[in-house]
Amino acid sequence: MSRRYGAVVALDDLSLSFAAGTVTAVIGSSGSGKSTVLRLLLGLDWPDQGEVRVGGEPVTRRNRLAIRQRIGTVIQDGGLFPHLSARDNVALLPRHLGWSDARIDRRADELRALVQLPADTLRRYPSELSGGQRQRVAMMRALMTDPPALLLDEPLGALDPIVRHDLQDELKALFASLGKTVLLVTHDLPEAAFLAPRLVLMQHGKQVQDGTLADLIERPASDFVRRFVEAQRGLPERAA
Amino acid sequence: MRHLLATLAMLLAIGFARADERPLTIGSKNFTESIVLAEVLRLEAARAGATIEHRRAMGGSAILWQALQAGSIDAYPEYSGTLTQELLKGDVPATAHVDELAAALKQRGLGIGPSLGFDDSYALGVSGDTAATLGLRSISDLVRHPELRLALSNEFMSRADGWPGLKAAYGLRNSTVQGMDHGLAYRALNSAAADVIDLYTTDAEISTYGVTVLDDDRHYFPPYEAHWLYRLDRAEERPALKQAIEALAGRITREQMSRLNSAVSFGKRSETDVAQTFLGLAATGTPPADDRTARLLARTTEHLRLVGISMLLALLIGLPLGVLAAKLPRVGQITLALTALLQTLPSLALFVFLIPLLGIGAKPAIAALFLYSLLPIVRNTQTGLATIAPNLRESAAALGLPWSVQLRRIELPLALRTILAGISTAAVINVGTATLGALIGAGGYGEPILTGIRLDNIPLILEGAIPASALALLVLALFSGLERLLTPRGLRASSRS
Repeated sequence: MSRRYGAVVALDDLSLSFAAGTVTAVIGSSGSGKSTVLRLLLGLDWPDQGEVRVGGEPVTRRNRLAIRQRIGTVIQDGGLFPHLSARDNVALLPRHLGWSDARIDRRADELRALVQLPADTLRRYPSELSGGQRQRVAMMRALMTDPPALLLDEPLGALDPIVRHDLQDELKALFASLGKTVLLVTHDLPEAAFLAPRLVLMQHGKQVQDGTLADLIERPASDFVRRFVEAQRGLPERAA
Repeated sequence: MRHLLATLAMLLAIGFARADERPLTIGSKNFTESIVLAEVLRLEAARAGATIEHRRAMGGSAILWQALQAGSIDAYPEYSGTLTQELLKGDVPATAHVDELAAALKQRGLGIGPSLGFDDSYALGVSGDTAATLGLRSISDLVRHPELRLALSNEFMSRADGWPGLKAAYGLRNSTVQGMDHGLAYRALNSAAADVIDLYTTDAEISTYGVTVLDDDRHYFPPYEAHWLYRLDRAEERPALKQAIEALAGRITREQMSRLNSAVSFGKRSETDVAQTFLGLAATGTPPADDRTARLLARTTEHLRLVGISMLLALLIGLPLGVLAAKLPRVGQITLALTALLQTLPSLALFVFLIPLLGIGAKPAIAALFLYSLLPIVRNTQTGLATIAPNLRESAAALGLPWSVQLRRIELPLALRTILAGISTAAVINVGTATLGALIGAGGYGEPILTGIRLDNIPLILEGAIPASALALLVLALFSGLERLLTPRGLRASSRS
C-alpha cells in the first residue's frame, strides 16, 4: 500500500503482514512512516493505493468502529482523558458496549492486578497519577474488552529510564501471558529487540529490513541498517 | 432532552400568547406629547366603555409606522408634516391636504382622523418681554430688527428647509446666528443671551417661560397638524376606536398642548394624570409611579423573559452550529462569518427589519437578542472543540466509539470551560442589550431608562440601570459557580499544575 500527504510520501508501496499471536516491532526514525501504519490499521487514515486487512477483513468506513474495538491501542503519553477518573477512562468502551457496572468493576480489578497497580489508583484522575501509572491505566483501557490485537505507539517514550526499564520487563511478561497479536512502534532498537522477536526497520516509507535482531546486526540489508544499529550505544554487550 | 423541549414549549407559549385575543391597542412615540395624546384617547374611550391598551413610548416615527402597518398596534398619533415630508414622501405632494393624505393612506389600509386642533411645527420664538417691547407678532416683523441675536438648534441651522430656506423666504438679514442645543436655547432666551430661537410650537417651555411664538405669516414651515392614524379594518370591527378619535376632533389647542407637556416635564405629573385632568376626570389617586416594588418586579419579569427565551433559543441553535463548525471547517467559516455579520448590525436597525416580520413587543426583541447571542456561543463551541489536543482526539477515535459518543463523553466535556465562557459572554451582552427592547415595546429594564432620559429624571434612569447591572453581575457569578460545579476534578487539578 501507499500513502502520500501532498508531496510527502509517507508509505511507499509497503507490504507487511503480522501473524496472529506474534509480537512485532516496527522501528525507524521519525518520519519513516511507522505511525502511518498504525493510523491505516485503525481506519483513521486511508491508503491511496492498496488495501489494509485486519483478521482477513478489509478496513472500510463501515466496519472501522468494529475493527477499532478489536484492537487495543496505547499511545505515547497514554492518551487518558483528563476529565475522567482512571476508572471512567477504562470504562468508556465497555459501557458503550452495554456492560454492567459490576462486570466493568470485576474486569478492571482483574487487569489492575495484572498491571500491578494499587487498589485506589482507579479513583484518581490522570493528573494525579505518575507517568508510569498512567501508562498502566492506558494498558488496562486497551485490554478491557479483551481484544485479540494490541497496538502500542511509543508506549514508554515519555518515561524516565528506571520506570521505563521496569515497565519493559512487565510488558514482556504481559505479552507472553496474553498471547495476543502485538504491534509495537518505537524508535528505540534495544527496547524493540527486548520486547519483540521480529523487527521491521522502516526508512522513508519503505521497509528496509524484516528479521530478528541477529539478522539486523549480522546481515544488514543496507548501509542505513548498519548505521541505525551502530547508533545504539551499548547494544553489542546486551545483544551478546 | 424531552424535559428541555417541554420547558422551551412552555416558555414560547408564555412569550407569544396573546396573539388571538387582540384587544384594541394604540401606540405612542417616545416623547411626552405623544404619550399624553394616547392617554387622552385611551381615557376618552374608557369613558365610553371601551378598553384600549396603550403601548407607551415605543420609539420614533419609523417604528410606529411599521408597527401600525404590521398590525401590532391599531392606531397612533402622527403629524401631517411627518406624513408629507417623510412617511409618504414621493406618494403625495409636499403640500398635500388631509384629503390627499387620506387617499394615499387608504391604499395601505390606513385611515386618518380629523385634526386634534393644534399643530406642532417648527417656528421662531422670542421672550414675552422682547415681543412686547418691539411689537413682534410674526416672522415678517423680524425683518425690521436685523440686530436681534439668533440661537438655533444645530439641526435647524444645517437643514436646507431650516434656517437657509427661512432666511431666503423672509429676506432676514440678522448677522448674529449661533448653533446651540435645543434644550439650552430656552435658557439662553430666558437669560437674555439670545433674542430669537427656533422651537416646536407645543414645547413645554413655551408656557413655562412665557415665550411668544411668532406667526409664520408666509407659511414657510409645512404644517405639522396632529391627527390619529388608524387601521381601517380594526376601526370597522371596533367602532369604539373611531368614535373616540372623532370625539377628540379639534379639542386641543396649541397653548393647551404646551401646558399639558409642561405639566409632565416641569410639574412632574404622570401623563395619565395630566390626561385625566384635561378630560375633566377625577384623578384615580394611585398613579402607577408610586409602587416602585411592583413596577420593579414587573420590569424584572419582562427582562428575564426576554433574556431567558432568547438565550434558550441561542443555546439550542448555537451549540449544534458550533459543533458543526468544528467538524466541517468550511461550513464553520461561513457560519462564523454570518454570525459575526449579525453582530455588526446596529440593534435599532435590526429591530426595524424585524417589525414587519414579527410585529412589535417581545417577539422582535427576543429574535434580535437571539441573533446577537449566537456569535459568542457558536465561536466558543467551535474553538473549544477545535483546540482539544490532537493526541486526545486520536485516542478517542482509536477506542472505537461512534462519533456521537466521542462528542458527548469526551469532546464536549473537554471543551466545556470554553463553551461556558461563551455562553456567559452571550448572557451578559444579552442582559445589557435587552434594555433596548423598550424601544419597540418589549418592556424590561430599558423602559424606566428610556422614560427617565425623556423626562430628564435621573432616579428613574437608575431604576432601570441599577437592576440591569445587578442582573449582569448575577449572571457572571452564576456562570463562574456553574463552571466550578461542572468542571471535573481532573481538569481543575491540571489547571493548577
